[in-house]
Amino acid sequence: MKFLCIGCDEVMGFVERQLPGDGTLAAVFSCGTCGREMAMLTNPMETQLVSSMGVKIGGREVRAQPLEATRSGLEGGRGEAFREAEPPARRRPPPVEWSPEAVERLGRVPGFVRGMVKRIYTDYAREREIRTLTPEVMDTARSELGLEGM
Amino acid sequence: MGQAGGTRDGASSPGAGRVRRFRTYGEVDHGTGSALLEQVIEQRARLARRLAGVGATVAVASGKGGVGKSLVTANLAAALASRGQRVGAVDADLNGPSLARMLAADTAPLEDRETGVVPSPAVGGVRVISMELLQEREDAPLRWRDPGSDTFLWQSSMEATVLREFLADVDWGGADVLLIDVPPGTDKITRLLELVPDLSAMLLVTTPAEITRAVVARSLRLVREAGVSPLALVANMTGYACPSCNRRHRLFPGDGARELARATGCPIWAEIPFDPRLGEATERGRPLVLDRPDAPAAAAFAGLAGRIEALLDARRAAAAPAGRAVQ
Ligand SMILES: Nc1ncnc2c1ncn2[C@@H]1O[C@H](COP(=O)(O)OP(=O)(O)OP(=O)(O)O)[C@@H](O)[C@H]1O
Ligand SMILES: [Mg+2]
Ligand SMILES: [Zn+2]
Repeated sequence: MKFLCIGCDEVMGFVERQLPGDGTLAAVFSCGTCGREMAMLTNPMETQLVSSMGVKIGGREVRAQPLEATRSGLEGGRGEAFREAEPPARRRPPPVEWSPEAVERLGRVPGFVRGMVKRIYTDYAREREIRTLTPEVMDTARSELGLEGM
Repeated sequence: MGQAGGTRDGASSPGAGRVRRFRTYGEVDHGTGSALLEQVIEQRARLARRLAGVGATVAVASGKGGVGKSLVTANLAAALASRGQRVGAVDADLNGPSLARMLAADTAPLEDRETGVVPSPAVGGVRVISMELLQEREDAPLRWRDPGSDTFLWQSSMEATVLREFLADVDWGGADVLLIDVPPGTDKITRLLELVPDLSAMLLVTTPAEITRAVVARSLRLVREAGVSPLALVANMTGYACPSCNRRHRLFPGDGARELARATGCPIWAEIPFDPRLGEATERGRPLVLDRPDAPAAAAFAGLAGRIEALLDARRAAAAPAGRAVQ
């Protein structure tokens, strides 16, 4: 899938993603030359079809987690299916702090996906050099990364 | 430039009797690396990297349901492990998983490493991944988050993705052999071959029954056309291993497995007798090969394990000189 600005003969670049609700995914693309913007809206089935392939419209911001699509898609996943592993000491990345409110909110995420969601938010914050994860950062990340229901 | 409007003929707008002709996807430059195709290619690369760390990837399939694929996978896994091989087992049957139970896999939470999920330790040191380990209730049907309609469209896409993740996102840690228990249905064989076109080997489980022969013949043809080699039959339920006299009696009239082998030239790598002890022990999570190595069925699995080890040796011998030449 590519969007071509016909006037400028240029491939439009991905700008942002949003989940306005109702299972809709909005992806915004813009032309680097003339600045024209367009939004692509997918219906719930299309949104699900794309995510069932484990791919993201507009590309990925953070690397894929192990079993990401399985964990994101499964209904009735076991709360105790996974346990967090310590990253190897020699290349432990700089820590990202979680505010108490963010910790509380993470606690409400179902156990089956909690570990994965935690790492996705942490990766997101680290990449943007955000030191403290707050519910606001989680909201932005959730929307930008297209993490429905997380 | 000279291709205004992304077209070949330079027309920037339709009309004036000119047909606007777009360039193809591949002809249009892009450098973002964000396209869906690139992501799919990266997924495949990730899978290939993971399987490159495994000695041999062997699928156990049939096309037919209920012929003993899972029982064969479990007992072969245990037989290989008891001979000192490091064995991984993938339960590709997402809707009817049974491998975790047959191999008595530990149900403690799986260690979730950044490099991959560590598979569950099971009987004899076999490592298992199965839908059984991920679902809260064992009687829950497999369901994916529902967009409300057109379920069938994305369901099969979802299942292919989960299978890819089971293979690529699990830390197989340098296993010698990775066994894949393929669900019934020839379409499931096709799906696996799309994901792993360079399988090290495929075992097709068949029985003497005529109805099985017909279905397995179709699978055999499909797998051959895909170029998988070696490809061999496992003739399950060949005769009845009588627990009291330890001799084999006939179970089915005719012998569909041998006929199939004769007609297709596909070798039979093992003939497993029907043995109630085998079924019972496997369902209990204690593959027979571990407790009754003297039983005819266990001996047949030992022979099958020997075939897989020979394959492993051949692959290593073939890889070694080439590896040196490159360096
Ligand atoms: N040689 C055998 N002796 C005794 N019981 C057997 C033998 N082979 C299979 N069984 C029993 O037959 C039943 C079906 O076997 P299994 O579940 O392995 O088949 P399957 O091909 O994996 O089935 P499905 O297509 O549903 O996945 C099981 O109860 C198993 O214990
Ligand atoms: Mg089975
Ligand atoms: Zn433009």
